[in-house]
Order: sequence, then C-alpha cells, then structure tokens
Amino acid sequence: MSTFTKAVAHMRSSKTVMISGGTLLAIAIVALIGPWISPNDYMTTDFDRLFQSPTFSSMNLFGTDDLGRDLFVRTMLGVQVTLVVAVVASVVSLVIGVLYGATAGYIGGRVDTVMMRFVDTLYATPFIFFVILLLVVFEQNFLLIFVAIGAINWLDMARIVRGQTLSLREREFVDAARLIGVSTPRIILRHIAPNLIGVVIVYVTLTIPQAILIESFLSFLGLGIQEPQTSLGNLVSGGALQIEGASWMLLIPAALLAIILLSFNFLGDGMRDVFDARQSR
Amino acid sequence: MSLLEIDGLSIGYGGVDIVSGLSFGVDASESVGLVGESGSGKTQTALAILGLLPGTAAVSGSITLGGQEIVGADDATLNALRAEHVGMVFQDPTQALNPYIPIGDQLRRILIQHGLADGSDADQRVMHMLDRVGLPDAARQFRAYAHQLSGGMRQRVMIASALIAAPDLLIADEPTTALDVTVQAQILELLERIRDDTALLLITHDLAIVAGHCERMLVLQDGKLIEEGKTRKLFSAPATEHTRALIDAAPRVDTAASPQPVSGEPLLDVDNVSVSFQERDRQRQLHAVQDIDLELREGETIAVVGESGSGKSTLARSVLGLIPMRTGRIVFCGKAIEGPVQSRAIETRRDLQLVFQDPAGSLDPQMRVERIVAEPLAVHAPDLDGEARKARVISMLERVGLSDAFLQRFPHELSGGQAQRVAIARALIVNPKVLVCDEAVAALDGSVRREILLLLRKEQQETGLAIIFISHDLAVVRSISHRVLVVYLGRLVELADGEQMFTKPRHPYTRALLDAVPVPDPLAPGGRLSVKGEMPSILEPPSGCAFHPRCSYAHARCKAELPRPRTVDGTRVACHRAEELLERF
Ligand SMILES: Nc1ncnc2c1ncn2[C@@H]1O[C@H](COP(=O)(O)OP(=O)(O)O)[C@@H](O)[C@H]1O
Ligand code: SF4
Ligand SMILES: [Mg+2]
Repeated sequence: MSTFTKAVAHMRSSKTVMISGGTLLAIAIVALIGPWISPNDYMTTDFDRLFQSPTFSSMNLFGTDDLGRDLFVRTMLGVQVTLVVAVVASVVSLVIGVLYGATAGYIGGRVDTVMMRFVDTLYATPFIFFVILLLVVFEQNFLLIFVAIGAINWLDMARIVRGQTLSLREREFVDAARLIGVSTPRIILRHIAPNLIGVVIVYVTLTIPQAILIESFLSFLGLGIQEPQTSLGNLVSGGALQIEGASWMLLIPAALLAIILLSFNFLGDGMRDVFDARQSR
Repeated sequence: MSLLEIDGLSIGYGGVDIVSGLSFGVDASESVGLVGESGSGKTQTALAILGLLPGTAAVSGSITLGGQEIVGADDATLNALRAEHVGMVFQDPTQALNPYIPIGDQLRRILIQHGLADGSDADQRVMHMLDRVGLPDAARQFRAYAHQLSGGMRQRVMIASALIAAPDLLIADEPTTALDVTVQAQILELLERIRDDTALLLITHDLAIVAGHCERMLVLQDGKLIEEGKTRKLFSAPATEHTRALIDAAPRVDTAASPQPVSGEPLLDVDNVSVSFQERDRQRQLHAVQDIDLELREGETIAVVGESGSGKSTLARSVLGLIPMRTGRIVFCGKAIEGPVQSRAIETRRDLQLVFQDPAGSLDPQMRVERIVAEPLAVHAPDLDGEARKARVISMLERVGLSDAFLQRFPHELSGGQAQRVAIARALIVNPKVLVCDEAVAALDGSVRREILLLLRKEQQETGLAIIFISHDLAVVRSISHRVLVVYLGRLVELADGEQMFTKPRHPYTRALLDAVPVPDPLAPGGRLSVKGEMPSILEPPSGCAFHPRCSYAHARCKAELPRPRTVDGTRVACHRAEELLERF
C-alpha cells in the first residue's frame, strides 16, 4: 500500500474527518447543482418581490434581497466562488511554499539563511494593507485576489516545509540518492517533496479557512468579487446593511460561512491526528 | 516448585497468537537464557511475566512467581510483585530512567516506596549499590541525571535500580545490545557478580552471550518453545534443526578463517585523511578522524572496526564525499578525486557506492522497489528504455536473491533482510568498483546476516568488487576480511592482514577487543573482561596515546607522546611498545 492509500484508509476510520469532510462535500454538491435546478437565476431583479423572506412558493428558499434577486441561487454561487478562491489560493501557496521551503531546507547553509531572511522580511510587511492598496488602485479582479491570498499564505507553508526538509535531508535515503548521482533538483522533486505530503495536506486544510477569511474580509470591504458576481463575504456585507428588516440576508450566508470554516478546521485537525498516528507507528 | 512457573502461556493481538503454549520454569538463583530471532516473542514473554503487556493483548495460561498468579492479577498485586520480587533491565535504559530526577533519588524512592529503608539509611544503601555496580565517584553521581551518563554507566544504574530491592528474579532483555563489546563484557560480568541469589532470565539474540553466562537455555521460534536444556548440552547436541542453524549462524571470532591477502595495484588510495566538526558551542573542534591512511585493492575487503563513536562512519562518508575532509587526499584509479559528491565526475560517483546500517531508512518510503533499484540507471544509463531498464532491475534483484514479486512492494512491506538486499541491489546495479558497507549487517538476525555476507562475497568473486566493511563486531568481520583496520578515537591503531590480526594482534587495544568478544561455545566462551573503563569523549582525548588510560601496558612515555603508526613485523601499528609486546600476546 502506498502512503496515500494508507492515509485514506486511516481517514476513513476517523470520525472527525468523515463528518467534517462529508459536510463540506454535501455543501459543495448542493452549491454546484442547486443553481442549476432552481427556477431562479442570480441576476434577474424582481421589483414585485423585494425583501421576500424565505419561501417555497416561488422557490426563493433563502428569500430575496433588496433588488428582488433570488438569494438561494446567489448564496450557492457565493459558496462556489468562495470555495474556488480558497482552494486555488491554497494551491498557489502550496506550490510556491513547498518548492521554496524544500529548496532552502535542502541546500541549507547560506542559501537557506538568505531565503529564510527574505521570508521573515515579508512576514513583517503588512501585506493585507498592500493588497488593499493594489485592489484600490488597479481594477479588481479574480486573479489578483488569488495571487494576493496565495502570496500571504505561502510564507507559513515555506517555513513548515523547510523545517521538515531539514530533518528529511539527514535521512539516509537522501544520502543514497546523492551517492547514486541524482541531481539536486531531482532529489528535491522526487525524494523530498513526496515525503512532505503528510504535513502539506494537513497544513493546506488549515490554510483554506484562512484564505476564505481573507477573501470574505476583502469582499466585506467591497474590494473583492464585484456585482453582479458574488461571494459569501459579499453576501454577508450586503446582509449586514439590512439586519433590521431582512435578517435572513445576513444570517443565512453568515451561518454557511461559519459551517464551512469550522468544517475545514475540524478536517485539518482530524488529518493531523491521522498523520500523527501514522508517524508514531 | 520453581520460583517462576509458566504454564501454557499464549499472547495474542487481534486474533493472531504471537506466543503460544509456552511452558517453562526458572529455579531460585538459577541463570537461564532465552534466545530466538527477532520477532520470536522473547520480549513479549518478558512483559507478560512483569504484567506489563498492553490492554490490547489477549493473554491466557498461567504465570506464577513465588506461587503468586500474574495473569489476570489486579494492578495493586502486580505493583507489589514487581517491587519486591522482580527486577528488570532493558536494552535502552533511557526509557526506564526518569530524565528529570537525579539517579540517586530514583533509587532511593524505590527503597522508600516499598518500606525497605528510609532517611539516611536509604541514602547509604543507594550509595553502596551505586558503588557496587561500579559507578566511579558514587557520592557525586548520586545527583547526576541520566543524560549526563554514558550508555554503559546508564546500564549500570539500571542494574542498580533493578537489584536494589533484592528481588528473587532479574529479567534482562538484551541488556548489552546497544553497548560496545568491551563495555558489554563489563556489564555481563557485573550482572553475574552482584546478583547474589537473584535468579536471572537473560533474553538475547546473541547465542555467544548465553554460552558464557547461562546454565540453562530456552530456544524460542515463532512464539513456541522448541527446545530447552543445559547450555552445554544444547550447544554440543541440539535436538532441533532450528537450534543448530542458530548456533551455526553465530559468527566465531576465535576460529573462523580469514581469506588470503590480495595483491595488486591499489584501486583506492586514502591518504592522510582528517575530518573535524565544529562543536555546537562553536568553540571547540571535534576531531572525528585523524591522519588515516588506507589502500584498497581490486577484489579486496578491508574491515574497519572500532567502538562506536571511533570515527568509522565519518571516515567512510568523507571518502565518499558526503562530508568534507579537513586534510587528506583520495586517489581513485590513479586519479585524485576531491570535493563533495555533487561535484565529482559522474563515473566516480558510479564507482563508489554505499550500503547503510538501517536498511529501511536508506530506502525512500514513498517509492516502490522497482523505482528504487532503477533510479541509478536513470542517472548512469539514461538511454535505456523502459523495457530494458525493467529487465536490468529484475536480473539485479535475482542476483541479490529476490524474485520479481518484490518489484511493486514498498520498503515498509519488506523484512530487514529483504530491505538490505534491495539496498545492495541499488548500489550494485551500476557495477561500482568499490562498495562501502557501513554496519550493513548489524541490524540483521544471524541467519540473514550470514546470507548477506555470502551474497557480498559472491559478488566480490564474480566482479572483483572491492569492499570497505565497517563494523563494530569483530566476529562478523573475521570470515570476510582480507585486511582489518582498527581505529580508536579517530586514529589508526592497527592495520593488518585478517589472519594476522585475529591470531597475533600487535596493539593492546586490538588484543582487548578480541578478548572481549563472546564466543558461541560454552567450553570457550570468550567475552573476557579485557579492559577497564569506557572510551573517553572524543572532545577531550587523552594526551599522548589516546588509549593509555585503559591500557594495562601504559608507560610514562605513553602519556606524553603520541605513537605514530609504524610497520612492525609486517603490520601497521601505533604503539610505543609494539615490539616488546610481540612476545606477550
Ligand atoms: N555531523 C556531525 N557533527 C558533529 N559531530 C559528528 C558528526 N558526525 C559524527 N560526529 C562525531 O564524530 C565522532 C565519530 O563518529 P562516527 O564516525 O559516527 O563513529 P562510528 O561510525 O565509529 O561510530 C563521534 O564523536 C560523533 O559524535
Ligand atoms: S602506546 Fe602505550 S598506552 Fe598506547 S597502546 Fe601502546 S603501550 Fe598502551
Ligand atoms: Mg557508525
């Protein structure tokens, strides 16, 4: 059995992983097919039905907003966008962080010192501030948000991966590869990176909620996804304005956001237990 | 009735019995050896006697100690039993000693807890015990923490704590496996000397130890007792095939023949190599290897022996370019090679290969055997297509005695011996000229070890492979080495032809090492107490001859002046008194 299949087997025996993972999967599936099945769409306004509270009659399951748009479809769309932003941003931070951290850790010495000083410097920079500046100055777009979030998250990933690599580097199978004549980039790619899978998976599951929070924060400030597109952050920010008369506009997306964040956190914790258990065997 | 009585003991995990139907007894003040290969259930049996098996173990049968039943007993009974009737010594004393409590206090607690002594009386008894187990300056060591002691000293403390309550039975599970031979001899002698009337159950994989220290022995195979009897009788006329195989596989340092010396031009010439490390505090230099010369010829095996920490691995790793040398030169096939392994010519890298001690650790856990063995080909024979590569891998696996059924296995699905075969296959697939084996068989069971040694010998005869064989175990080395290099604290002590080294050693340290090795023969058990003390820290090597504090032939000159290696009667030896001592050994 490979590490991967073994890990999967362990995950299936972990309740935390199964419940939180199942919840996320269910939300993702509904978010994907919900808008497709619903008779409503995300941008048609209906001035006869402003601030409609949740109802079955017109299939406005989550009610409508101040422009009479169906909130079920918009919320599902928001979930899609939020998940995509978070996952893509995490993958960006994963790729950069793993390669950067593994290189610094493997080469070591002065290269390591310089590379990690650079990371420290970036840490000290108020990044979110720059991102906001960038977003204000330039036209806001999806890509920029991915990059912005990824650029913040890869720092942690790089640090964690470097630490792991420092200990992997001392392992005898790495010496064996060096003796055989395997080149340094290939050792990093073939021997170091695959052995980082455990930590990386755990860490990614824990960074996704961070990315979601950053995206929501930017959207809340009106700097994220632009109308008529939407995200959970956008919906929460819109709902917050109507808290008096139409509380569902805030409560439903906020609750979903909370469930998603919690599920990812539990999933991350569960995964850590799974991999810890495997390590201690 | 016996002191310890085991009747029909079975231990199972998840429905699989790892010990089944075990019955034996140990009489008062008797010494019994329990032997078997790794995984045969020795330690599980010991844990059962101590009532220390995990809750997941299904235990049936009966174990009585002094008439008291242990299987199924409650915690209070077990605690009382353990405190007063059984002492235990494990392979790794660090696990059993509390790192946060001074060792004296730990011993005193045992006495006080069991109401055996208190106050200054307890202090006195602890001091006396530490003194008896040979802890120098017991009064000061009383306040030492476990990590401040050497491995040998820790094991002494362990023995002190096991015996301080004067138990009826002492269980020692591989008590010397982690120690060097000279220290092993000291610890075993100590066990014999101070156990008084305590019965001893000595668990070990090493038959040579049982031969010298146990009256009776029990042989375990796959959780079953296959043979028991007087040690002498079992050795001379074993009733089962398995016992015979175990005895045959145990290497003998006293009689095995070494291969004849090889002649020819040197293939690898290691000249005056020194390696130093910066200590953590950045103040001191640690001279791990100093001024070592070595020539290796085609088809020759040179063994490098010495106690652990003497610099064997460091020497090998610097020759291979894994760590930098401080001084020295390496000439390979007539050309000087230098620098770290990454900067060496690709042919040089192909020609020098290494096999490590820990077979599992040297294989990438994420790769299948096929990819592991094929990896060198990807570097050194890149034009080979997939088919041809696979064919080479299969034929290489066959050479090391593995079928193609292993291709798709992961390292953790291999036994120690199989993993070591894979590591050897990976090293040999590119047909190197020199193979360095760093303790390559140290972690393997006797029978597997012998097969691996035979495999290396066969490869050498077929391909002219030159081998640097690093080992702390002289008995293993004897049958395969054309020449032997003995090192002590990073320096050459003696370099001689194998036969010469084992029959007529020139250096007092070599002599001491040879005497300390136990021999699997109850009539001539070896394992003599040959040298006092332990190897000093390499950070503070003694002046002059580094061996002088332990040498029984030391003169005033030895303390003052470093003996340079000289050629005496055909061997290289670094001792001021080599000529005089020729007659004495
Ligand atoms: N990377 C290192 N840094 C500092 N000291 C080391 C390092 N590697 C080995 N040493 C020290 O060098 C000495 C020789 O070690 P080693 O070559 O491993 O001995 P052996 O293989 O004979 O047991 C030991 O005291 C060890 O602690
Ligand atoms: S030089 Fe002196 S101390 Fe060293 S081994 Fe020879 S006799 Fe012993
Ligand atoms: Mg070593």
